[in-house]
Amino acid sequence: MEVLGPDRVTDGSAARRLYSRDGSIIEGGRAGPVCFPETTGEVVGCVQAARVHGRAFVPRGAGTGLTGGSVPCDDPVMIVTTRMNQILEVDRGRRVAWVEPGVVNLDLAHHLAGSGLHFAPDPSSQQACTIGGNVANNSGGPHCLAYGVTSAHVAAVEVVLSDGTVVVLGEEQGDSVGLDLRGAFVGGEGTLGVATKIAVRLTQDPPKVATLLLDFVEVADAATTVSAIIAAGVLPAALELMDRRVVEAVEPFVHAGYPLDAAAVLIVELDGLPGGVDHEVGLVTRIGSQGGARTVRLAADDAERDRIWKGRKSAFGAIANIRPDYYLHDTVIPRTKLAGVLDEVYAIAERHDLLVMNVFHAGDGNLHPLLLFDSREPGVMERVLAAGEEIVRASLAAGGVLSGEHGIGLEKRRFMSLQFSPEDLAAQDALRRAFDPDGIANPLKVLPTGASCGDVNALDIVPDGVWV
Amino acid sequence: MNALDTFRDAVGESGAVCVRGGGTRWAVGGLPRPGTREVVAPSGVKRHDPAEMIVSVGAGTPLGDLREVLRPTGQETTLDGPDGCTVGGVLAVGHSSLRRARVGALTDALLEANCVGANGRAFTAGGPTVKNVTGYDLCRLLVGSLGMLALMGEVLLRTRPAPEHALWLEGEVEPDEVAAACYRPSCVLWDGTTTSVCLEGYQVDVVEEVSILRRLGFREVGGSPVLPPFRARWAGNVPEGAVLEIGTGVLHQPLPADLPLVDPAVARLAGRVKVSFDPTGRLNPGRDPYREAA
Repeated sequence: MEVLGPDRVTDGSAARRLYSRDGSIIEGGRAGPVCFPETTGEVVGCVQAARVHGRAFVPRGAGTGLTGGSVPCDDPVMIVTTRMNQILEVDRGRRVAWVEPGVVNLDLAHHLAGSGLHFAPDPSSQQACTIGGNVANNSGGPHCLAYGVTSAHVAAVEVVLSDGTVVVLGEEQGDSVGLDLRGAFVGGEGTLGVATKIAVRLTQDPPKVATLLLDFVEVADAATTVSAIIAAGVLPAALELMDRRVVEAVEPFVHAGYPLDAAAVLIVELDGLPGGVDHEVGLVTRIGSQGGARTVRLAADDAERDRIWKGRKSAFGAIANIRPDYYLHDTVIPRTKLAGVLDEVYAIAERHDLLVMNVFHAGDGNLHPLLLFDSREPGVMERVLAAGEEIVRASLAAGGVLSGEHGIGLEKRRFMSLQFSPEDLAAQDALRRAFDPDGIANPLKVLPTGASCGDVNALDIVPDGVWV
Repeated sequence: MNALDTFRDAVGESGAVCVRGGGTRWAVGGLPRPGTREVVAPSGVKRHDPAEMIVSVGAGTPLGDLREVLRPTGQETTLDGPDGCTVGGVLAVGHSSLRRARVGALTDALLEANCVGANGRAFTAGGPTVKNVTGYDLCRLLVGSLGMLALMGEVLLRTRPAPEHALWLEGEVEPDEVAAACYRPSCVLWDGTTTSVCLEGYQVDVVEEVSILRRLGFREVGGSPVLPPFRARWAGNVPEGAVLEIGTGVLHQPLPADLPLVDPAVARLAGRVKVSFDPTGRLNPGRDPYREAA
C-alpha cells in the first residue's frame, strides 16, 4: 500500500538515527520508517500501514520532550506531524482557534499578537515545541499558574485512533457531552492516538501587567515568600524562582539586572484590571519585604519586563557554558514545603558531587532541578541517575508527585509504582486499553511494563512485579 | 475502619449500585435501572489548606457545608449546583458554574479522587498537588461521568481566592457589547431581549466597569436571574423562556431537551471506556448521557 510519496517517508539510517532521540538524555531508541504526513487521511494511512506490517507507531512533534515520550522502541512507524503546521481558523468572537498539531507554540503566539487574545500555555521550549506535543504532554509553562495547563485550553481535538478511526473529542464551547474523552486524551503522551487537529481556547489579554523582581540573600526566604503570597489570596499570573547559579549564568548575557550576589530571585507577574493589579503589587511588595527581600523592583516599562523574562527563558541555553550536559527533573511538591525540599535537593547534589541549579515554577510547587555534568567523565551518569532518583523520592516523601509538566515517558515509568498502587495503575491501564486495545500506540510508555524499550537501559529498568 | 473503607464495603463487589447524593439532578442522564442499590458517600470537610489552595472533602458533603467552611478563609471552589446538591453529585453531573469564565471549567477543579471501582476495590485517580501530569488524567474522565466508571468517595479540590466584590447588572443591550466593554466578566446571559452580566473582582475595578456598563444602559440588580431548570445546547436561536450562557453555548430552558446526538465512532469509544472500567455494567446501570447519531 502506498500512503505517502517517497519524499515524505524515509527508511534511511540517518533519519532513523535522528528520530530515535528526543530532548531527553535517553539513548538507545530504535526508529522504523519515518513518515511526514500532511493530512488527517495520511495519518490514517500511516496507522493502517503500521497495522498491516505488524508494527507499532509513535506520534512525534518537534521532539523537544524531556522524558523519552517519543523515543521509539523496536522499530515503530514514526508519525512526525511537523508538516501539519497550518493555523486553520481563528474565531475571535468565540475565542477558539483550530490548528494542526505541528504548529509551533510561539508561531501561534506571534499569529495572535495584536488580536487581544492569546493561547495561555507557554512552555520554556515554546520556540520549538508544537501544539500537538503540548496536547500530548498536557504542557505547562510559567503562565499556567493562574490560567491552568494545556488541558484547560483545549476545547476539542480530532484524533486518529490506533484502529484508524477518526474521532473528534470535546466541544468547541461548554462542558463535554457524555464522558470527557477530550480530557482523558490530553496528556496521553501519544499512547491514546494521534492528534490531527486541535481547537484551542484563546484567552483575553489582560489590560494591565506588572512584573516584579525580588531578590533574597537566603533561598529559604524566597521559597517561604512564595507560599506567603499565595496564602494572602494573591494568585499571580506567574511566580518563578531562580537560584544564584542560574542568575550567575544568565545575567552576563541578558543584562536583566538580576543582582549577582543574591541567593535567589523571584519573578512575580500580576495581571488584570488596573485597580486590582496596583493593589496586588502593594501586597506582594509588603509580603516580600517582610519575608526578607533585599529589593523589590517593579519593571518600569515593557522593555524592562521583557529583559526580566528573557533571563528566565534563556536559562537553559546559558548553562551550556558551565557544563556540556544537563539532566532536568520535574516534580511537584506542596508549595509550603518548598524551602525544605530545596535544601534536600542541594544536599543530594553535594553528596553525589554534582552541580545543581534551580529555576522553576515556584508558584505551583513545580521543581525543575538541573543536574549539570560532562558525560565524558567516567562514572558520572551513575551519579546523575542516583541523584535524580533521590530527588524524586524526596519530592514524593514531601507529599508531591512525579511530574508537573514533562510527563512520564520512558524516564519515570519505573517510578510510577512509588506514587501509585497496583489498583491505581490498573485503572489507568483500563483507560489505555479502551483507546488502544492492541497496544500499538507508542507502546511501553507511561505505565510500567515488564518489557524493555529497544536498547534503552539505564533509565528504563522497571523492577519485577511492579508493572500492570 | 475509616469512612472510605466503609464506603468501599458498601459498594461491594457485585450487584447494580449507584451513589445517592442530594438527589437534585437525576434528570441528567436519567434514573438508574430499578432495583439498583443506593449507597451514600462519606460526608464532611476533612482538610482545608489555604496556603496550598486545596480542600479535601467527602463526596457526600453538601456543597453548602463546604461553602460554609471555606467562606471565612476568603476562598471558594468552582463547584456550583442547586440547593441541596452534594460535592460528588456536582462532579458526577459535570456542569460548570455560571461563573465559568472567571473561575474556570468544573472539570479543572478535581485534583485527586479516592474511588471504588466496579471490582469493589479502592483506587486513587490524580494526585495531591495543584499541578500534576503523572500518568493518565483520570480525574478529567470522572467529572461528568455520572458515576458510570467508578464511584467517588473522597475528593481533593482546587480552591481559589473568592472575589472581594461581586454584583449583577441587566440591560436591554446586545451581549456582544459587554464583551467589547469589559475584561472577562464572570457571566453574560441573554434571553433574547435582556442581557445579564456578573462582574466580580476587586471593588475598585468592579466599580469602574459598572460605570462603563451603566453608560451602555445597564442597571444593577439584586442577583442572578432565575434560570429555567433544563439544559440544552444552543442551536442558533434563543426560544421563548430560555436563557443562553454567552461563551459556553449552554441554553437554560423550561422543558427537558432531547439527549444530545453524538457521532457513532465517539459513542463506540465511550462504550469501550465504560466496558473497560465496568465490564459487568454494575455502576449506575441505565444512565445515558446522549443518543448515538444515526
